[in-house]
Amino acid sequence: MAELTGVVGIGQTKYAAKRAELSMPGLLREAALRALEDAGLTWNDIDAVVIGKAPDMFEGVMMPELFLNDAVGGAYKPMLRVHTAGSVGGSTAVVAASLVQSGVHDRVLTVAYEKQSESNATWALSISMPFSVATIAGAGGYFAPLVRGYIRRSGAPDDTGIRVAVKDREHALKNPLAHLQLEDISFEMVANSPMLWDPIRYLETCPSSDGACAMIFANEELARQAPNPVAWVHATEMRSEPTMFSGRDQVMPQATLDNAASLYKKAGIQNPREEIDCAEIYVPFSWFEPMWMEGMLFAPTNEGWKMTYEGATKLGGELPVNCSGGVLSSNPIGASGMIRFAESALQVRGMAGEHQVDGAKKALGHAYGGGSQYFSTWIVSSEKP
Amino acid sequence: MRDVAVVGFTQSESVRRERDRNEVEILIPVIHELKTRAGITSEDLDFVCSGSSDYLAGAAFAFVSGLDAVGAWPPLCESHVEMDGAWALYEAWVKIQMGYADLALVYGFGKPSMGDLPLTMALQLDPYTTMPLWPDAVSIAALQARLCLEGGVLSERDMAEAAARDRRNALDNPNAQVAGDFRAEQILSEPYLVSPLRKHDCAPISDGASAVLLAAGDRAKEMCERPAWIRGIEHICEPQELGVRDLTRSRSTEIAAEKAGVGAGKVDVAELSAPFSHQEILVERALGLGSDTEVNPSGGALAGNPIMAVGLSRIGEAADRITKGSANRAVAHATSGPCLQQNLVCVLEG
Repeated sequence: MAELTGVVGIGQTKYAAKRAELSMPGLLREAALRALEDAGLTWNDIDAVVIGKAPDMFEGVMMPELFLNDAVGGAYKPMLRVHTAGSVGGSTAVVAASLVQSGVHDRVLTVAYEKQSESNATWALSISMPFSVATIAGAGGYFAPLVRGYIRRSGAPDDTGIRVAVKDREHALKNPLAHLQLEDISFEMVANSPMLWDPIRYLETCPSSDGACAMIFANEELARQAPNPVAWVHATEMRSEPTMFSGRDQVMPQATLDNAASLYKKAGIQNPREEIDCAEIYVPFSWFEPMWMEGMLFAPTNEGWKMTYEGATKLGGELPVNCSGGVLSSNPIGASGMIRFAESALQVRGMAGEHQVDGAKKALGHAYGGGSQYFSTWIVSSEKP
Repeated sequence: MRDVAVVGFTQSESVRRERDRNEVEILIPVIHELKTRAGITSEDLDFVCSGSSDYLAGAAFAFVSGLDAVGAWPPLCESHVEMDGAWALYEAWVKIQMGYADLALVYGFGKPSMGDLPLTMALQLDPYTTMPLWPDAVSIAALQARLCLEGGVLSERDMAEAAARDRRNALDNPNAQVAGDFRAEQILSEPYLVSPLRKHDCAPISDGASAVLLAAGDRAKEMCERPAWIRGIEHICEPQELGVRDLTRSRSTEIAAEKAGVGAGKVDVAELSAPFSHQEILVERALGLGSDTEVNPSGGALAGNPIMAVGLSRIGEAADRITKGSANRAVAHATSGPCLQQNLVCVLEG
């Protein structure tokens, strides 16, 4: 029933620790203008705008989409603001695509961003709510026990995480927009970096970045007029589950397994590892690559680490993962999920530049958030379904 | 377009201060009652969408705990907007239109009593140029009211009459926070709170929550004897900067109303969520409502204002009148941002 929908434009800012020369509106505008340029469109061609970002308390602006409205050409148009924790960038893309898939709009612009240099994420994530359990741990402190749980269950070699970090940082050197560009990256460099939250080392974590990512969706008829190749949306999916309850498996949450199964069913995929050419997976801490290889059903339970270990997830490998450098190389939190979606689309459009996977036709974009409880994913392809 | 209807609506009382319950505890009975009445469990829901603001709770990810009230197990296909629940309903309506869902639960909640709401709302303004001046929400609205008065758009008596009407209507609404047999003269004799606004020109600060069930086509007919069909739902956002828009009218409401087809037939009932009396008049005019429309039979936002749920509640209240047979065609309105920056209009029919 859904209308066939395609990505016709993508724009990303240069990611950096501090884009001091840009205000928040300027940051969003940089990404949005690049997406319009890619799509060969102007502001007037856009029917509606969908904005996504992580918690408002990061930058200290309540519902910031309201003041950002005209910076992204949203004046006197419908505007939505999505917020689903760390998965928000992905969810925002899903909502924007649905506006076209439903036939409600013909062309939609979506922008997700974070300006971490004007934020204090660890502070904002550590506020304790009255009557609620306070973790006061920041993201790394929250996720480290889940990683330890994974290592214990899977028996994965201790250096798996280091290998993921080296691989993603090598990939980032092929992506001029990536925040971290570590020319001399090596196994020893990661292994010798300080242990922050055992077993997560400094170089196994994501940076704090400023940045925005934008995409433009169009229906089939308008997508055909696009000057550059189109990434067709084959399926989108979202799943959520509560943060805490007795018996919840936080290491491999039911929500990720349900999400993956439903996504592949919608996209008509029987064997994801064979049929998907590359993936952009939300990996803010190195170990989440092997974990989500299992969570996205690319590998059997407790064997996700083997894909990393065997080099399957490297550019040139069987299923290249995070060829852009991933969240480990650029992390404007609210945008990080959308970057995964946009990079997967760039791959099937053949527009990923130096980090292009040769002949990529079908790609997965993935984001997760909260206490490993929010999941949003999509499958895009150079071919219509 | 698929036929989509409101088939259920529940809400909490609007109260100034929920002393003993947190946001989830306010939500739980509202969602439980909705599911019980409809005879469904979480597993029947194809999609769930909520609207709330972290800034009311004063904590990042405050909305996450809403999942505990829904009972998101097994995991749900679920999303959240940092907007009034009316926009969450819009997202759910889109999901049903694209064929990804037939039955959706929507909820909105807010507990502003934990902070100083008028000052918190200042954080919605441009953080570089305007917010550092800390203009509170009442003062910003007062500037707009002053422009309307000096432009001859409306009078203080018009404002008092709108406020009195809402509070009188609210006498029949057990969930209302401010109700009484008010008269315009009485309101006009009160001192100004922030000139030219009197206390009664302002919506109360309310803690509360509401929830709506949306269903498509035959599913709606099975679940409800008289579903309230959504015949049009549109929303428009204006730029925020106060100097770039005409504050004496609500252009975005006008555009949304035209696209939603408000003028295509007689409107029996209109539920408006404008938080200030002069804004209610501006919205009423932008919708092109005539004297044959009953405005705010529930009392509207001026009688109970659970921010982030109040707009969704207007859709629920309007739908309730259709479901109960007292109206055939109704219009609901939701707003967000300073001085009616963003507006949503929903047309419902029996």
